[in-house]
Amino acid sequence: MSRKTLLTSKEIDIILHRLACQLIENHNDFSNTVLIGLQPRGTYLAQRLKKILIEDYQIENLKLGLLDITFYRDDFRRKDEPLEATPTKNDFLIENKKVVIIDDVLYSGRSVRAALTALQAFGRPVNIELLVLIDRRFSRHLPIQPNYRGRQVDAINEEKVVVNWEETHSKDEIYLIPKQPKIDNQ
Amino acid sequence: MKQLSVEHLLGIKYLQENDLELIFETATHFKEVINRPIKKVPSLRDITIANLFFENSTRTKLSFELAEKRLSADVINFSAGQSSVKKGETLIDTVNNILSMKVDIVVMRHGNVGAGVFLSKHVDAKIVNAGDGTHEHPTQALLDSFSMREALNSNLKGKKIVIVGDILHSRVALSNIFALQMQGAKVKVCGPTTLIPRYITSLGVEVETNLKKALEWCDVANVFRVQHERMAIKYFPSTREYTQLFGINKEILDNIGKDIVIMHPGPINRGVELTSDVADSKQSIILNQVENGVAVRMAVLYLLAQQIKR
Repeated sequence: MSRKTLLTSKEIDIILHRLACQLIENHNDFSNTVLIGLQPRGTYLAQRLKKILIEDYQIENLKLGLLDITFYRDDFRRKDEPLEATPTKNDFLIENKKVVIIDDVLYSGRSVRAALTALQAFGRPVNIELLVLIDRRFSRHLPIQPNYRGRQVDAINEEKVVVNWEETHSKDEIYLIPKQPKIDNQ
Repeated sequence: MKQLSVEHLLGIKYLQENDLELIFETATHFKEVINRPIKKVPSLRDITIANLFFENSTRTKLSFELAEKRLSADVINFSAGQSSVKKGETLIDTVNNILSMKVDIVVMRHGNVGAGVFLSKHVDAKIVNAGDGTHEHPTQALLDSFSMREALNSNLKGKKIVIVGDILHSRVALSNIFALQMQGAKVKVCGPTTLIPRYITSLGVEVETNLKKALEWCDVANVFRVQHERMAIKYFPSTREYTQLFGINKEILDNIGKDIVIMHPGPINRGVELTSDVADSKQSIILNQVENGVAVRMAVLYLLAQQIKR
């Protein structure tokens, strides 16, 4: 199976620090900002960014919620495989807050569309931004673009971007493979 | 497995342990949803559900209706009292008339045992049994087990559950026994011998006629109402005597030397099977059961709707 590495562990680390700095540039001390990681895979990126912001940039009282979008997806009853829900861990409201949605790969934009609907259940935010690690720019089905992106990738539909995190796969790595019916973590 | 092994929810006895786990896991997600400021998800917005209640019901009907609305389904309600059933229409005709209005799921309560099974063989819709005679009431058993797991903060393997009260006329008792045993719990029933079915021990359930002993043994007591409306004859001399022998009061609970969880599917006859100080005590999770009922019914409807392909 041909496998093309898009980002190595070192490159990911540099990009995460750059994204953290970009967030600080726009959100200062994060006193009115909350981060929302999309379940399941956006949560690793969100937690890593939170760690960097707290440990390397001394941001205090940073709020991070984890949001499951399963019940808001537009492909319910349209797939052979059932949709699997994951827990939402969001113990705060987003009323009048600035929200940054965090996900690993932006592909069709449908997950983000579902997340925008799901977030309405937690209040009316001042604004919502989108941060992604990988932006597959030619694959969008909806008019959704990221405010912060780690790397833009020109992948065709027959290819799949796989994001491995140290927490689950011993090292950070992002690579491209031909699309398979099922991949372990995607 | 992330799909139910059954096409309808007709009774707990048709389910497998994996089904229960899937329903509980999904209900946990929905419980979080119904505690948000906006308690609604759009999953079932293109699904229509008919609630057919051929027998009276207040809380089950309300709970199902709320669960359906929180999933964004379109809901129609039908009560036998105001229908053509009284004019002689058969069950299949009634339901087929309703289905021709493009209904996807039927939630039905019926006085006859097996009504849900019968319907599932003759009509083209998902059937959810909301109680059939004295047979089964699966969603009540599911929400009871879900509430027990929540109160004990663990699964029910090896846990000791006693069901107190009128077992003979209770569909909730039978569904509870099936569900609890499927999860590895030990089950005893306690009540007047006249209200305990003769062959109940063949289900692997022990009978205890001494309330204090039963309460000393158990982790959870699920207390049921005496169903006077289903009794054609007298099963015990007086309500007063029943209360003296099988009514749970604060004094008995204080004397058993441990904290047990008290449950009741409602409606409570205060002062008969439970005194008010017990029903309203910290040990009682009766109102949690009501809240969990909505989450569990959302899970059941969501998982069944998932099987309806577009």
